[in-house]
Amino acid sequence: MSQSTVDVSAKGGFSFDLCKRNEMLTQEGLKAPSFLKTGTTIVGLIFKDGVILGADTRATEGPIVADKNCEKIHYMAPNIYCCGAGTAADTEAVTDMVSSQLRLHRYETGRDSRVITALTLLKKHLFSYQGHVSAALVLGGVDITGPHLHTIDPNGLTETLPFATMGSGSLAAMSVFEAKYKEGLTRDEGIKLVAEAICSGIFNDLGSGSNVDICVITKGNKEYLRNYMEPNPRTYVSSKGYSFTKKTEVLLTKITPLLERVEITEVGEAMEE
Amino acid sequence: MSIFEYNGSAVVAMVGKNCFAIASDRRLGVQLQTIATDFQRISKIHDHLFIGLSGLATDVQTLYQRLVFRHKLYQLREERDMKPETFASLVSAILYEKRFGPFLCQPVIAGLGDDNKPFICTMDSIGAKELAKDFVVSGTASESLYGACEAMYKPDMEAEELFETISQALLSSVDRDCLSGWGGHVYVVTPNEVKERILKGRMD
Repeated sequence: MSQSTVDVSAKGGFSFDLCKRNEMLTQEGLKAPSFLKTGTTIVGLIFKDGVILGADTRATEGPIVADKNCEKIHYMAPNIYCCGAGTAADTEAVTDMVSSQLRLHRYETGRDSRVITALTLLKKHLFSYQGHVSAALVLGGVDITGPHLHTIDPNGLTETLPFATMGSGSLAAMSVFEAKYKEGLTRDEGIKLVAEAICSGIFNDLGSGSNVDICVITKGNKEYLRNYMEPNPRTYVSSKGYSFTKKTEVLLTKITPLLERVEITEVGEAMEE
Repeated sequence: MSIFEYNGSAVVAMVGKNCFAIASDRRLGVQLQTIATDFQRISKIHDHLFIGLSGLATDVQTLYQRLVFRHKLYQLREERDMKPETFASLVSAILYEKRFGPFLCQPVIAGLGDDNKPFICTMDSIGAKELAKDFVVSGTASESLYGACEAMYKPDMEAEELFETISQALLSSVDRDCLSGWGGHVYVVTPNEVKERILKGRMD
């Protein structure tokens, strides 16, 4: 078996062996596929006791809504969360990768992760791929040095801000923040402002929609309020359901009975010390 | 024409009460010419886990063979079958590895997890997972499938009703898509049995 067909790559990272073939197909006139994007409105703000992150929940594939309730606030560390906009696979992969790196770092140092560590790991990765890994992130958390909020754009540029918005709905959300943000907000005021900014994105930007997710991070505590607000419920729900006029015609049926699933628990002796 | 429209495909999976159904069309074409009417798009990974792959047919077959290889290695090491959530993460990692030169297919994964809880998910061609509690769709007929499933789906359906719903959704959607159709292939999986049915559809 030649080396190129051995699948399990020990080193990790990207594999480019299908690039030539895909290039050939594009030249033959077949357009490349479109990826799942999170059109998105993601926001973050610093309030009196910490950081509040917010996101909408729509994932689009071109003009079609692929997922009406996806999760855009990703876990990085117990005290750090990251919202992601852009190509969905890139935001998920990059946040998962840095989350694992942060955990290993915590084991090595024996200390809680710092937001600046996550920031540096993310920006180094994104810069090295020169913007081709299309992930725009809003990173927020509270560590030993206090609350922090950063934005990272796909090329690797980072900004440290008291309030931030990213994604296609960022202008709609930023207008709400610029009008109403002030320093020293309480938790309830902060949540209300973040929800308002996300709703502004949901209703005015076509790439954002569905529900509002919120994450509140304070010193030593975090609250992930999944679907905090659901401003777009289904309006007409038929109580009868859908009734089919004609039954499906079946040509062939094959039934395979399955064996009962048996849980094998080994009862053995503990290893000797 | 898009690469995904070269062969044509339609795959859909739905969740029921302690069961799931996964269905696909049967056409294999080369742009507008049909060359087979019995193409297998849904394949078994283990008794309680199925994967349906839509998109370029050569990548469908290659990716399926690689996934079976990885699952067999897993079975040898762990001495058990892979859970559906784990398998979905494996497929996502394999697809993302080829981020800049991807496999041109979109998988739909359906399985029964712990406590016979049904699990379905779909991914785009670079591995962005989309977990859903109701239904997932993929293929050239996906836009029609979204609409049909939204209208016809009800939560907590039993196996027979689930079969009827998924078949009607599939057949009505592929009727509106030139590149997929020529019958349907439906698997309904409950904890005790797998019912595989071939459907009669329009042959045009």
